[in-house]
Amino acid sequence: MNELTVDDLADVRAGDKGDTLILAVLPRDVEAYALLERSLTPEAVARHFAVTDPVVRTELPHLPALVFRVPSILAGGVTGHSGLDGHGKTLGYHLLMLRLERTL
Amino acid sequence: MIRLGAGAGFAGDRIDPAVELAREGALDYLVFECLGERTVAAGQLRRLTDPDSGYDPLLEARMRAVLPVIEPGGTRIITNSGAANPLAAGHRVAAVAKTLGRPTRVAVVTGDDALEAVRRLDPIVWETGEPLSRCADELVSANAYLGADGIRQALAEDPDVVVTGRVADPALYLGPLQHEYGWASDDWQRLAAGTVVGHLLECAGQLTGGYFADPGTKPVPGLARLGFPFADVRPDGTATLGKVAGSGGRLDVRTATEQLLYEVDRPDAYLTPDVVADFSGVSFQQAGPDRVEVAGASGAARPDELKVTLGFRGGWLGEGQISYAGPRALARAELAAEIVRERLTAVHDIAPEAIGVELIGAGAAFRGLAPASEPLEVRLRVTARTTDAARAHTVGWEVESLYTNGPAGGGGARSGTQQSLVVRSCLVPRDLVSPTVTMMEER
Repeated sequence: MNELTVDDLADVRAGDKGDTLILAVLPRDVEAYALLERSLTPEAVARHFAVTDPVVRTELPHLPALVFRVPSILAGGVTGHSGLDGHGKTLGYHLLMLRLERTL
Repeated sequence: MIRLGAGAGFAGDRIDPAVELAREGALDYLVFECLGERTVAAGQLRRLTDPDSGYDPLLEARMRAVLPVIEPGGTRIITNSGAANPLAAGHRVAAVAKTLGRPTRVAVVTGDDALEAVRRLDPIVWETGEPLSRCADELVSANAYLGADGIRQALAEDPDVVVTGRVADPALYLGPLQHEYGWASDDWQRLAAGTVVGHLLECAGQLTGGYFADPGTKPVPGLARLGFPFADVRPDGTATLGKVAGSGGRLDVRTATEQLLYEVDRPDAYLTPDVVADFSGVSFQQAGPDRVEVAGASGAARPDELKVTLGFRGGWLGEGQISYAGPRALARAELAAEIVRERLTAVHDIAPEAIGVELIGAGAAFRGLAPASEPLEVRLRVTARTTDAARAHTVGWEVESLYTNGPAGGGGARSGTQQSLVVRSCLVPRDLVSPTVTMMEER
C-alpha cells in the first residue's frame, strides 16, 4: 500500500482572494499533522498546481492546520476568469488527490 | 452577554434559516451579510440604468420575512444589503416596515463611495501594477471597505435596522459589540476577538456544516434545513458559538476550525479596517452539543490605508453549452469545440484568445492539472469576452447550431449573454473616507 494521498489524512477548504487560491488543510489527528508537515511542503504544492510563483505555507500546529497561499493560479479570479468555477472552490479537492511519499 | 445571529452569508442566501433564527434564537442582533466584491460592482451596473436600484434584490423579501417575527425593540437588524445604493435600500426597508404596520427606525451608513477620491488620487491598481488613470475610462465604481465605526455611530441613534454599503464583513458584527461593550477604537485585543467572531459568523451556514459536508469524510445531518449560527459574546471578546435546537447541520470544533481559516491569506495578520487580527492563537473547545467555545485572538494596530474595490466595464460575456454522452463522448465534444472555435474566429471575428473552452466532466474544474479517464458524458462549455452584446450572443448561437451541423448525439444546448464587470483593488489613505449616518422613517 504505497498510494497515500492527502485525502487519507486531512480535510481541505478552499478560498480565494483575487488571483490567489488559499487552501486550508486540516489533518484529522496529530500523526497526520506531523506527516503532512514533513511531506506537504510548499514546493510539493507548487508542483501539484503547476505554479511558478512561490507557494507560502503557514503552520498552525495547535489547531492543527496548515494554510497554503497559491498565487496567480486563478487567472483573473471570479470576475476576470470565464471558467465555470472562477472562485476555484473545486480546486481544494485537487489538493486532496496529491500523492505523498510514505516515509513512516 | 450579547447574542449575534447570522441571517445570511451571501447575497443569494436562503431566507428561512434567518426566520428560524429570528424567531427562536433570542437574538440581540441579526446580521445579513449580502455583499461580495462582485455584488457591489453588479449593483453599481444596475444603478447606472436605474438610479433607484443598486441594492440587494432580495432585501425586500428578507425584511418581509423577518420583521414580523422579531419583537419591536428586541432584535436589531444590521445588513450591508445597501450595496451600491444604501439610501435607496434604507427607504425600501422603511417602506416595507410601513406596509407591515411596524414603525421602524432605519439608520443608513454611507461614505464608502470612493469614486471621486480614487480619480483624484490615481492609485496603483493591484492586479495590473499600473496607475488607475491608465484604465479610468472603464471605471464605474470604487467602494472602500469601511470598518465598524459607521455602524457604531448608527447604533447610537437607537435604530431598529442599520443598512450599509461596502463594510468589511466582520465589522458588521464588530460594530454592535463595540456599541454594546464600549470597546475603545484602539483596544486591539478585544477588536481582534470581535473580528474573529464576525469572521466565523459572516458566511452563516458555512459554520454549521455548509461547504463542509462530504458524505465520505465529513457527514452533516439535515443540510436541507441547515441552521444558521449565533454567537454569545462576553465583554472580554470570548464567545460561545451555537445554533437553534432542532435545526439541521453540525457545529463543532472541526466546522469552526475550517471556517476560521476560510479565505484567510495570513492567519497571523488578518487585515481589516478596524484591526490586524492574529488568528494563530485562536482555539476551540466543544462545550456541548452544537456549542463551541472560541478564545485566544490577539490583535495589532489597524492599517493606515483602506482597501477599495474598483469595478470596471469588462464588455460582454457570451456562453453556450451542449452535452455528449456514451462511446467517444470526449472525442465528439473536442470536435464540437474545434468547430465552434473556428466559426467564432472566422465568421464572427472574435479573437482566439478571447475564447474559453471547458470540457465539463473531463477534469475542467482542475484546469488541465489532472488527466481525465473516458467519461460517461461530457458537457462542452464555450465562452467568449466581446466588446458588444451582439457578438457575445453568437457564442451561444454557434453552440446551438451544432444540433444539426455538429458531431453526433449533441443534446441539451443552453446559451446566455451577460454584461461583464471586472473587479480590481487598490488602497486609499483612511482619512479620505469617512462614514455618515442618515436616519429615516416612513410615516
